[in-house]
Amino acid sequence: MLEGLLMGLSTAFTFTNILMVIGGCLIGTFIGMLPGLGPMSIIAIMIPIAITIGDPATALILLAGVYYGAVFGGSTSSILINAPGVASTVATSFDGYPLARKGQAGKALTVAAVSSFAGGTIGAILLAIFAPALASVALLFHSSEYFALMVVGLSAIAAFAGTGQVSKALLMTFLGLMMATVGEGVLFNMPRFTMGIMDLQSGFGFITLAMAMFALPEAIYLVLDPKRSKTEGGGSSNEIKDLRITRAEGRRIAPVIGRQSLQGFFIGVLPGAGATIASFLGYAVERNIASKEEQDEFGKGSIKGIAAPESANNAACTGSFVPLLTLGIPGSGTTAILLGALIALNVSPGPRLMVDEPQIFWAVIISMYLGNLVLLILNLPLIPYIAKVLAVPRNYLIPFILFFTLMGAYIGQNNATELLILVGFGVVATAFRFADYPLAPLLIGFILGPLLENNFSRAMQLYDGMAFIWERPMTLGLLGLAVVLVVLPSYRQRRARLRAEGVADGD
Amino acid sequence: MALDRWIAFFILLLCLAYGYAAFFTMDGLLPPIMKRSPIWPSSFPKVLCIGGILMSLSILLKLEKPIGAEKSPDIDLTRLGDYNVAQAVMLLCLMVAYALLLRPLGFLASTFLFLTIGSYLLGERRYGLMVLVAALAAGSVWWLVDSVLGIFLSPLPFFMNGG
Repeated sequence: MLEGLLMGLSTAFTFTNILMVIGGCLIGTFIGMLPGLGPMSIIAIMIPIAITIGDPATALILLAGVYYGAVFGGSTSSILINAPGVASTVATSFDGYPLARKGQAGKALTVAAVSSFAGGTIGAILLAIFAPALASVALLFHSSEYFALMVVGLSAIAAFAGTGQVSKALLMTFLGLMMATVGEGVLFNMPRFTMGIMDLQSGFGFITLAMAMFALPEAIYLVLDPKRSKTEGGGSSNEIKDLRITRAEGRRIAPVIGRQSLQGFFIGVLPGAGATIASFLGYAVERNIASKEEQDEFGKGSIKGIAAPESANNAACTGSFVPLLTLGIPGSGTTAILLGALIALNVSPGPRLMVDEPQIFWAVIISMYLGNLVLLILNLPLIPYIAKVLAVPRNYLIPFILFFTLMGAYIGQNNATELLILVGFGVVATAFRFADYPLAPLLIGFILGPLLENNFSRAMQLYDGMAFIWERPMTLGLLGLAVVLVVLPSYRQRRARLRAEGVADGD
Repeated sequence: MALDRWIAFFILLLCLAYGYAAFFTMDGLLPPIMKRSPIWPSSFPKVLCIGGILMSLSILLKLEKPIGAEKSPDIDLTRLGDYNVAQAVMLLCLMVAYALLLRPLGFLASTFLFLTIGSYLLGERRYGLMVLVAALAAGSVWWLVDSVLGIFLSPLPFFMNGG
């Protein structure tokens, strides 16, 4: 491990890469602060740039920096204007905004930055410990286990979609998988489902799809509902004055940060759970175990209420890299986009990554740590200035968001048809969002589609049919787990409903 | 019928068309040698379309019932008139126009027009500022993409590019 760390250090500490971390964090914070633009949209917009860089380690370092910056930027807008740019920082606004209203915006921001830093640091250490171990286990996996593992990942994502949403999430996953079969796959060398259209020969562009699923609907929502881009209560009341926190306050939040970093990391590792669930759960747990008087403070500007979700969401962001880097399976929309970027850069994440290209793996871990450091010592003091971006009028902001969405899809492909596909899918994705269909499963399905089919085909060929399912106990076990994951929420839901009806009858 | 069930219905139609293609049109084109393989190009799509059909039917027939109160959606479709639907549609049309004009008009002119008309549609009336911002943005983005990233974007209209 020490050797790996040193290798990572030497890769990460080059002039270009340090510049990338700093630049990525700043860009991420800057854009992440804008209401409505989450890390997924920002990373999707940045991918063409990352791909142009060419070196996978540098590109991934840039994207990881953007990711952290965006999450931090989201916390900033949660605290300052009660408009979380990202779902994972909604919990931060519960206490961050009230504290800012009391004139202590600076303190709230510092608590958020310190907790994020600690969460990210603990997460990076855990990642460095767990990922190599998991990868060495994963090296024993055959294509049939990979296939089963991906099925588990996809089912877990659907299962975490929430009550009454499992079939919607599964349908979106299937739709994503179907879209992945369009075009000429590497496996069979024959075009499928292209309907004779030349532009579909190479399939749908992944960046176009990512833009259409996340950035464009978000922009359309901003246009439809002006309230989304307006600040509540005005920015002037929340001036950032003093960034310091006292020693006593530090002592109060330290155990919270420790607990929530650990909990957040392990939630982040689970596919489908991710930073949002980690932050809400972290907030709820800390409120429940706090003393009576501290409990009353929650929701009114408690620093513990800021520290808990912030350390949890950053640790979870780091945790979500574990399945991505070791198994090549993304657990969230953001890591799915990163996986797409890696594939575009000719890197296939998975257990072989640590054997074949260890410098990429370790450089990412080191740069994560570096990214957190940059956020703490560079971004935090700059926040009063970066926050000025919140004053950009929406009449200018929205055309620019739309323009960057278009550019992201165009630069990668240099094909104007891609832009028409983008607008078409964007409208469809907006309709999906209107009807409360989750969009991340579609994108994850689309990105995992070719990998899933390849492993499925290889297993079928090796065992000359479906025999691999019952001849390999591990595969059978994993597929069984996938079924349980999908069925369990519906079963529990049905039981809860029956019980509710029973109670109603009893009245 | 609620929007989510309409969408499930359309996806069901899509799955049926996809399934028809997978089950009835793809295998005929397969060379005989590939027919001896346990897996065909149509195998995976066949599984997918069955899954898609089952899930869309489950939503269409409301087999999965949510418990508790439904969470309020971000956009309330029953009062769609209160939102800026016209603006959104016009901006989408503007994006389509941009896609169609990007090649013939060149990057600089089409981007300038896109940004200016975009802010105009959103209600901006400070023409001087609008033009200035759009021109600066178009110019600097082109410079960034062209010289920093090294990606060629045809800057000028077709008649000034020598074809």
